[in-house]
Amino acid sequence: MDLYEHLFRRESGRLIAALLRVFGLHNLALAEDVAQDALCRALEVWKFHGPPANPAAWLMATAKNRAVDVLRRERRLRTFAPELGRLLESEWTLVPSVEELFEPRALQDDLLRMMFSCCHPQLSEESQVSLILHILCGFGVGEVAGAFLASEAATEKRLWRSKKVLAGSKRLVDVADDQGVRRRLPAVQRALYLLFNEGYHGASPESGVRAELCHEAMRLTALLLEHPATSTPASRALLALMCFHAARLPARLDASGQLTSLFDQARALWDKNLIAEGERLLDLSATGPDLSEYHVQAAIAAIHSQACGAEDTNWRAIVTLYDTLMQVSPSPVVALNRAIAIGQLEGPDRGIEEIRAISGVERLGRYPFYYAAIGELELRRGRHQEAGTHFRAALALARNPMERQFLERRLVASQPQSGPKELPT
Amino acid sequence: MSEFVYLYRNSERPASPELMQQQMQKWMAWMKELQDKGHIKDIGHPLERVGKVVKSSGKSISDGPFAEAKDVVGGYTLIEAKDLNQAAELASGCPVFNLGGYVEVRPVMKM
Repeated sequence: MDLYEHLFRRESGRLIAALLRVFGLHNLALAEDVAQDALCRALEVWKFHGPPANPAAWLMATAKNRAVDVLRRERRLRTFAPELGRLLESEWTLVPSVEELFEPRALQDDLLRMMFSCCHPQLSEESQVSLILHILCGFGVGEVAGAFLASEAATEKRLWRSKKVLAGSKRLVDVADDQGVRRRLPAVQRALYLLFNEGYHGASPESGVRAELCHEAMRLTALLLEHPATSTPASRALLALMCFHAARLPARLDASGQLTSLFDQARALWDKNLIAEGERLLDLSATGPDLSEYHVQAAIAAIHSQACGAEDTNWRAIVTLYDTLMQVSPSPVVALNRAIAIGQLEGPDRGIEEIRAISGVERLGRYPFYYAAIGELELRRGRHQEAGTHFRAALALARNPMERQFLERRLVASQPQSGPKELPT
Repeated sequence: MSEFVYLYRNSERPASPELMQQQMQKWMAWMKELQDKGHIKDIGHPLERVGKVVKSSGKSISDGPFAEAKDVVGGYTLIEAKDLNQAAELASGCPVFNLGGYVEVRPVMKM
């Protein structure tokens, strides 16, 4: 029998989350060890005899048995989950208590609980995302490093520090505690949003890894929608936004693996099911008094997904939405995107005017697409030399090979003398 | 046809769950290939890493893992092959090599 893709990775997160409820958050390292042992056992046994009928249940049962062994051996040496307290002291209550925590119904909220615990207020956003990837999504240190294009040593250090903070928190966030959940929900949404963006924008040659980050972010956001306390309008809008963007993934790279801008994408390749799902979720998100940045961004993405191309896009509506977004969550990057939309609606002169008027523009000084945006608008008004200057400036700031190639091609396209070349036959 | 035992030794743990799954799938594919070609007499078993070492007719019993921990046998398979060369040749695709391990190929002594 074949295992589903990423089974070990997915189950790793579920095992750790379940074990932590027995061991307590302060025994994070122990929970990780026991989960890893269960996976190693699976590797050893299954490679000879093939996986069992229900691999996930096999792994969970193996981890549970190991947990009981550890509790028996170490109950006098260390403290475990405070919630279990004295129940672990007697053999009569130890096994039934652990059994109860591993009941399928009890396991349901584990990932959610873990997700909220990872978004500890003392941790930076990047650390929160790294922890979620590492603990919940089962990414190894090398794989987390790959996701952020960071070195393995730096990632290891960051994870080590974050785990210390996490293990220092008193207990797992209780998903039944509405107030506690509501307080941390924005941080959780933000972390999932960043995780998705890392996959979507952090172009790297191994594009497969990138799409996986997007899928993981969507899987975890979908979990938010399954629980009444976390299924808020903003959570639904966030998942809607991810659906619209994920729908474009098949068209983001062209046949030769090159990054393609929204304007040039083959829209026939956009995933229609995901667009429909995005629309359904966006409808569901339109309740209550709060308008989150995810609502507005999802609405913008929805308009793009309805158009056949840049020409028949409703730019007026998009500009209006960017005006709203500037009120809800202003930033220079949002202002830049608004200026680009105005350039589409009212012409390149107006676009450049708006870009020049962005407040805090110096914060865009290292952002390659700031210069690229000016380059595009200059090109549209036929000023090839200025366009070239700006594309070159953008190129100098490119953050990865994918961006570099993309900007190189824009630079070549902006120069009249280099027009369409004949291909060697 | 003669019989041989493969002893899989000294394999390290994969660095992440994803790599574990990949490693396992390579093993399953390799085992299946041997099976399809009719070389597997008994697929064998993985072995626990711990145990006891008994010496001097039971007077000395100590806990394993064993003196040379790096040479721990992780499992075994009973193979059928034409001769030792073919048995060794068949072992050359074993995924144990991916993680620093090796295969010991030993002919079974017959009457």
